[in-house]
Amino acid sequence: MNRAAIDLWVGIFVALGLGALLFLALKAGNLTATDVGETYVLQARFDNIGGLKVRAPVKSAGVVVGRVGEIRFDAETYTALVSLHIDKRYQFPRDTFVTINTSGLLGEQYVGFEPGGDPEMLKPGEMVKKTQSAMVLEKLISQFMFSKAAEDEAKK
Amino acid sequence: MNPSALDLLRRLGHFVTDRLWRLGFASRFLMMTVLYSGAAFRRLHLTIREIYFTGVLSLIIILVSGLFVGMVLGLQGYDTLQRYGSSEALGVLVALSLVRELGPVVAALLFASRAGSAITAEIGLMKATEQLSAMEMMAVNPIARVIAPRFWAGVVSMPLLAALFSALGIFGGYLVGVQLIGVDAGSFWSQMQAAVDFRQDIMNGVIKSVVFGAIISWIAVFEGYDCEPTAEGVSGATTRTVVTSSLAILAADFMLTAFMFRGE
Repeated sequence: MNRAAIDLWVGIFVALGLGALLFLALKAGNLTATDVGETYVLQARFDNIGGLKVRAPVKSAGVVVGRVGEIRFDAETYTALVSLHIDKRYQFPRDTFVTINTSGLLGEQYVGFEPGGDPEMLKPGEMVKKTQSAMVLEKLISQFMFSKAAEDEAKK
Repeated sequence: MNPSALDLLRRLGHFVTDRLWRLGFASRFLMMTVLYSGAAFRRLHLTIREIYFTGVLSLIIILVSGLFVGMVLGLQGYDTLQRYGSSEALGVLVALSLVRELGPVVAALLFASRAGSAITAEIGLMKATEQLSAMEMMAVNPIARVIAPRFWAGVVSMPLLAALFSALGIFGGYLVGVQLIGVDAGSFWSQMQAAVDFRQDIMNGVIKSVVFGAIISWIAVFEGYDCEPTAEGVSGATTRTVVTSSLAILAADFMLTAFMFRGE
């Protein structure tokens, strides 16, 4: 086999391989869809973040508007300090209500933004005032059990 | 202490030192290969020729295996997932298992038996027919001329083959899951895109396959260079290449996975 033919075949091989990688990145992966461009950072404090993970999506009205950047434990207030990287295109009012939700019954957890009516917008680096912690299933069940027990006690 | 126990201990010591010596020799050999690999890039046609023999000629087996592995994943995954009423997650299952694990590992195992054995046999025969010694006589460094191009060809080919394997596998899963069984095409792709992360999943798969490529090529060229220059020696070295590199791939895969996907 001469050199030109070998060069051609290797060229085809490398192009095919890179094409496959591109296919994986674009068609199977999330390189295009949810990677937000330039971002600014908001801080939020939660009593309990449940199973929230770094790089979990931040959604408003169900649309991804950012990603969870960093999760730290604040030893002074015993709360979780979460920094949120929000897409620069989107601004949110200062009284935006930040919650930790679960997609589906057993799905992954994400941060939800419910915008309020404040005319002033949140500035980069600002701390969000209104937050709600993650719903912990065990707590919910135990609350239900206790209230049920209390009801039965009252009936007697 | 009786003499048979002493003899046993001596044999154990000989075994260990022998293995250690071989490992050290192999490491020095790898260093020499990297050190003399300037020629492999300066005279690029040598490396391209080897990419043709290791990469292009492995294409058929890699593509066909990838397609069939993906189709089997589609069938088996659907069978299990529909019990839990979540057959739409088929795309996620097929893509993640291929991109993270099966693509790099199965492609590497196939590559070791298809290309690694060929490299060992070729270099071993070169040694048996004293071509390597002849090169040294002509002041041509056989490591730079013969070993380094084959080593780098393996390192380059392996990630490309693994990516092709994964891509064809996902296509196979799509064929079976969507075209044959009738999972919704939209949720198949969109759930896959939501779950597969470019850095976490795809890049880690590529890193894995580069490491596997280096391991296979290293073992293959070393076994060929180190083999006994007889017909038996070459056949033994070829077998050792396949066995050792398969085991090394599985061990390295566990270590890399432990580092990459600890589920933090």
